Formats: sequence, C-alpha cells, structure tokens
Amino acid sequence: MAMVIDGLSWILIASGVFFVVVGALGLIRMPDFYTRLHAAGMTDSIGAGCILLALALQSGFTLVTVRLLLVWAFLLLTSPVGTHALARAARAGHVEPYRAAPARRD
Amino acid sequence: MMFAVAAGGVLVSMLLAMVRTLLGPTVYDRVLAVNTFGTKTVVLIAVAGFLTGRPDFLDLCLVYALINFIGTIAVLRFFEYGGLAGRQRPDRGAD
Amino acid sequence: MEAVIHIALLALLAITAAAIIRLRSLFAAVMLAGIYSLLAAALLVALDAVDVALMEAAVGAGISTVLMLGTLSLVGRKEKRPVRQPILPLFVVLVTGGVLVYGTLDVPRFGDPGNPVHQHVAPRYLEESIDEIGIPNVVTSVLASYRAYDTLGETAVIFTAAVGVLLLLTSGPPLSRRGSEARPAATAARGAAPLDDRVILRVGAKMVIPFILMFGLYVQFHGDYGPGGGFQAAVIFATAFILYVLVFGLEDAQRVLPPRVGYVCAALGVLIFAGVGIVTVAEGANFLEYGPLLGDPKGAQVAGIMLVEFGVLVTVFGVMVTIFYVFAGRRRLRP
Repeated sequence: MAMVIDGLSWILIASGVFFVVVGALGLIRMPDFYTRLHAAGMTDSIGAGCILLALALQSGFTLVTVRLLLVWAFLLLTSPVGTHALARAARAGHVEPYRAAPARRD
Repeated sequence: MMFAVAAGGVLVSMLLAMVRTLLGPTVYDRVLAVNTFGTKTVVLIAVAGFLTGRPDFLDLCLVYALINFIGTIAVLRFFEYGGLAGRQRPDRGAD
Repeated sequence: MEAVIHIALLALLAITAAAIIRLRSLFAAVMLAGIYSLLAAALLVALDAVDVALMEAAVGAGISTVLMLGTLSLVGRKEKRPVRQPILPLFVVLVTGGVLVYGTLDVPRFGDPGNPVHQHVAPRYLEESIDEIGIPNVVTSVLASYRAYDTLGETAVIFTAAVGVLLLLTSGPPLSRRGSEARPAATAARGAAPLDDRVILRVGAKMVIPFILMFGLYVQFHGDYGPGGGFQAAVIFATAFILYVLVFGLEDAQRVLPPRVGYVCAALGVLIFAGVGIVTVAEGANFLEYGPLLGDPKGAQVAGIMLVEFGVLVTVFGVMVTIFYVFAGRRRLRP
C-alpha cells in the first residue's frame, strides 16, 4: 500500500514539475502577451495542483492534508479569476494580439 | 528525494518567471510574471516545509496565496484608474 | 539540499535588488519590490523563522505593494533621469559598507551554539516556557508574556504611525465626504467607482472574503500553537477589506466600514493592552504580570496572552484600514 502511494506521488510530482517547467518556458518563448497568459495561467493551476496533491498523498489523513487541500482549493479559485482579470485589463489597455503574417500568394 | 526534485523544478520555473519580469515589454507581462512567481513560491514553501519536516508552513502558503491574488487585483485596478495625470487616454501598457 | 536553496534564494535576492536599482520604470520597481519581500519570506522560512516569514509575506508583499501603487498614482510612473553622476554618494556608500563589513568580522559565527546570545536568556525561555506558560509556541509566549512590555511599545508605535499618516496626509474635508466628491471627477482616485461589468471578479471576491476573515480568526487563535498571532491576523483581516475596496470601490467599502471605525479600533487596541497592565497593577502584581488575572497561574498566563493579542489585533487592523483609506482616497493635488 505504501508502495502504491509512493508510486502515485512520484507520478504526480513528475507531472507537476513537467507542467510547471513547461509553463515557465512558455512564459519566456511565446511571442505575445495573450499566448503567454494562456501558457502560464493554465499550467500554473495544473502544475501546482499536482504537486500539492502529491504532498497531500504523502502525509496521509492528518490535519496537514486538510490544510494542503485548502491551499489547493484557494489556488483553484483565485488563479483563474486572476488570469481573467489580467486578460480583461490587457484588452482594455489596448495590447494587440499577435497576428501571423498573411501567407503570400505565390 | 521526490521533494528535492519538486523543489528544483519549481526553482527553475521561478528563475524563468523572473527573467520574464525583467524582460517583459509591456507592463502586463510583468504583472503576469509576478503572479506566476507568487504561485510558484506558494508551492515552493509547501515543498520546503515537507523537506525540512515542518508542515506548519502551510499557514504561510495560504497567506501568500491570498496576498498574491490581492496584489494582482490591486495592480490591475491601478491600471484601470491610475495613470500619470488621470486625464490621459488609458495607456497602451508599454513601459 | 538546504544550502542549495539558501544560495539560490540569496542569488535571486541580489538579482532583484540590482534590477530595482537599474530599472527606470517605477511600476516595475514596485513589482520587483513585492518579489523581493516574497523572496525574503521564503529565505526566512528556509531559516526556520516562520512567524517572521508570515509577517514579511503579508506586509511586505501585500500591503506595501498596494500602498506603493497608491503612491504611484500620485507621483507618476517614470523615474527622472539623473542630471549628474552620483560619484560622491557612491563613495560614501562604499565606505560605509566597508566599515560595516569590517565591523562584522569580529561577530561570532552564525549559529554557533557557544554564542553569547544563546547562553543567557534564550535557554531559559526555551526551557521554562512550557512549564511557566504552557503554550507550545515559544515565539508567542516570549512576545506576549515574557516581553509583553516591548510588545506594548510596538503596538503604540504602530498607532503613532497611523496618527502620523493622518496628520500628514489628510488636510481638507474629512474622508467620508472626500470619497463622495471623488466620484464625479475622472481623476486617479483609485477605486472611486465600482467595477460594474466585472461579474467574475465580484463573484470571486464575494466567495473569497468570508474565507479570508475566517482564516484571520484562525491565525489569531492558533498563534499559541503554531505560527501566527495578533499582528499576522490583523494584516489578514485588513487584507479582506482591502480586497473589498479594490473590487467594489471606496464608497461602498466606506459604507461597510466607515473610517471612524478604523480610528476607534486603532486607539482601542492600545487601550486594551495597557488596560490589562493597569488591571494587573491594581491587583498588586507588576505591570503586565498576568498572575493575578485568574486563580490558576498557567490559566492566567493564557488569558493574559489572549487579551493582549486581541488588543494587538484590534490596533493593527484599525491602523492598516486607516492608512489604506487615506492612501486610496487621495487624488492628485495638481491638475
């Protein structure tokens, strides 16, 4: 049983770290604010969620798990609201989205 | 061991977010990067708590997640109503 | 592994500090100052000082950032180009820094158990606290019982800060009238009008604010057993109201919590704290010696700590709310 929990935690941590690093890479490499927002906002929630869930699995049924789940619930609620507010503010601030150059006709 | 891996990954992403804060051409890029940095710090503190064997740190995580959210909202409100003289057009966000 | 985390955090701190100095955009500097506070909080966590880290995260990364943004709306967002190279200030700073580093060469090694600071008072507090006071968190027992007099001074200082801010920054019509005058003017009155079409933000804020208030209560009462206490809880309470102001506007918020409540709270907390001391003197003990408050000595300590932390909570909450209202209600003085 402990092996199953450990294995599951490893999987969750690995995927959490993968999402977090990929999201940060997207933050650097994407060409435009809205694409960066998309990359960072989504992977933030999932990556942090996976890592926090792995920590919760590791600590069993204690008060620590309850607190971790509270942190997770709070992040789950406020991270999308923050992303939405950022996107609206950028739109109101006239940040132009990236448009690919139109394909040439030859 | 797995906590060390998690901490390392989160530190790497924090470094990348810091690069975006310094680079970001528009101001919204910087706000996004700071927000991301904050969320990663919450995760880092949680993992560090497990690494050092003191899970009391989770109160700090919750406080920091809250502060991060409020900071982002405050900055966005500043952009909506603030500005140099208040009578100019809303600026394009370029710094 | 811990050394790696320390080195990484210190390196990030240095990078952030260098960036704050070099950037000309004040707004980016404010954001980076928030990151700096947050890195400092993480470093404090890595050094095992969790109460201080809690306070640093809440005040440095949250309240300070919000107040500095309020200042930015008044002074503008770009730093002026310096007119000449600051050679003399650089020289003075380098000399002072060098002298300070030279002074620290004689300081005993960090963390060495033979240090004088670890020999006299600290072991007594650590060993006797659980017997004399009975609560697990030694930081709270030192803050609220062994050194309660210092904490009374701290609380009075915070109250004085609020009085200073009020004296310096409010001149003219009182805040409650000022809020309603700011609405028709389309100037930088931060939060003067509510976010009408921001449904998601309003619903999100409504869902989160009660949770924040409950969490503040938890931090206040859990301060005996884990990191927390009056200061941190007060900042968390104030944060809930700040979120309300940011999302719903200054006018609505001042209907919910008028500025007068902030003034009264700021003074009331100090009064409660000092009042506990006066009661103990009236009962024949020293000032702020909690023995005579109840029959049982340990219970008296716990009761005294709870009362004193409540006083701290009320004052710091009132002060934070007052300062924030003053900063948020100001408009640019020149057109």
